[in-house]
Amino acid sequence: MKYVEEFRDAELAKGLSVAINAEADPDRIYRFMEFCGGHTHALARYGVEDLLPGNVRMIHGPGCPVCVLPVGRVDEAVALATQHDVILCTYADLMRVPGTKYESLIKARSKGADVRMVYSTIDALKIAEDNPEREVVFFAIGFETTTPPTAVAIKQAQKLGLKNFTVYCNHVLTPAAMRAILGAHTPEGAPNVVLDGFVGPAHVSAVIGTQPYEEFTRDYKKPVVIAGFEPLDVMQSILQLIRQANDGRADVENEYARAVTPEGNVKAQALVDEVFDVRDAFSWRGLGSVPLSALKIRAEFSEFDAELRFRVDVPNPKENKLCECGPILRGEKNPVDCSLFGTSCTPDNPMGACMVSSEGACAAHWTYGRFRTELELELEDSA
Amino acid sequence: MCHAIPAKVIAFRDDDMADVELEGVMKEVSLALLDGVELGDYVILHVGYALARLDPEEAEKTLKLFAEMGEAAFAQGAVA
Repeated sequence: MKYVEEFRDAELAKGLSVAINAEADPDRIYRFMEFCGGHTHALARYGVEDLLPGNVRMIHGPGCPVCVLPVGRVDEAVALATQHDVILCTYADLMRVPGTKYESLIKARSKGADVRMVYSTIDALKIAEDNPEREVVFFAIGFETTTPPTAVAIKQAQKLGLKNFTVYCNHVLTPAAMRAILGAHTPEGAPNVVLDGFVGPAHVSAVIGTQPYEEFTRDYKKPVVIAGFEPLDVMQSILQLIRQANDGRADVENEYARAVTPEGNVKAQALVDEVFDVRDAFSWRGLGSVPLSALKIRAEFSEFDAELRFRVDVPNPKENKLCECGPILRGEKNPVDCSLFGTSCTPDNPMGACMVSSEGACAAHWTYGRFRTELELELEDSA
Repeated sequence: MCHAIPAKVIAFRDDDMADVELEGVMKEVSLALLDGVELGDYVILHVGYALARLDPEEAEKTLKLFAEMGEAAFAQGAVA
């Protein structure tokens, strides 16, 4: 596939690996967070971490929308589907995310709720047009990449005069989550997660551009290198981060220039601004309540807001106490640190959200990395 | 979730829609989020929408950069 295969070339990967190993200073440890689940997946799937020296550590970030959606919002979606006679349209990833007491949309469907997987907001609109006698709710989640298509759908619903289409909005904002990670401190004032820089988002950045990351280089002195989702992109961005760390620099660099421009997709940004407003705060799995971190539907479009149209009765949401998704999403723990990992929690039967999505750190580690870690640990112990 | 793939635009349709081709598979997608797309352009496709245009020159430059990084390291005596 053009623009994909070339960026997975094994020979070029060898060269980049050699460059990384040559430039990484053996006397220090580098800790870089890949914000996006897409990068977590690429690191695991292509074994990129095996090509890095042991002192270059990758820390998984919270950029997996399914993972960060808190259990209360999952419960509300299940309640929407079961307490009202609606057609609930959702992206496939969300079907199996466990809510309180392991309820999920897929279980709700097995009990008779009308839950439908859609590939696109266009499909959800079509379902609403085809079923004028039914209420159709689109369960909208995702970062800045996935928000513009929801904005288009709401505008389109308005244009078509659809009275039976609403959106349950859970769109969240990348910079706010990065701020939350960097701002988290222990009671003694030490940062919860020590970081030397970020592998910056690929397609989020295609929408928002490079400018929003300048705050992290300026205020937190953390380098950000925006990277594509192919393995060579990730390796090149790690090399650039190592160089910045070695030079004591903190700049925004754009490795993914073939799709990301400094200003981003201005048309998409304008549509999002027109339809959505920033919430005062939003609850994230792992990060807790984060100020100014999510979007709500503007008053001008309130007729399309499912939260205003439907009242749902949800008991106190309860997270599984044993699930370590929270600390894993904050970069404080690894999937193998969780007692459920690989025993009672697997992709076939996920107990926590990070095992559901292929971009979740647990699912990526289970699928591609679980046989590697023990070996690495042994090597480190014997070193 | 933010995963998106490059696809080639091969025909325009009404209402901001277009046909794209992915390895011989045809798909109808929305161009509502992107102005100025031309036939033959590669676009980044996400949940049925074209989000960005792929810049072929920048893609070439990036691939060249990858090669140069490795060559420079080997030239300085690094070993694989």
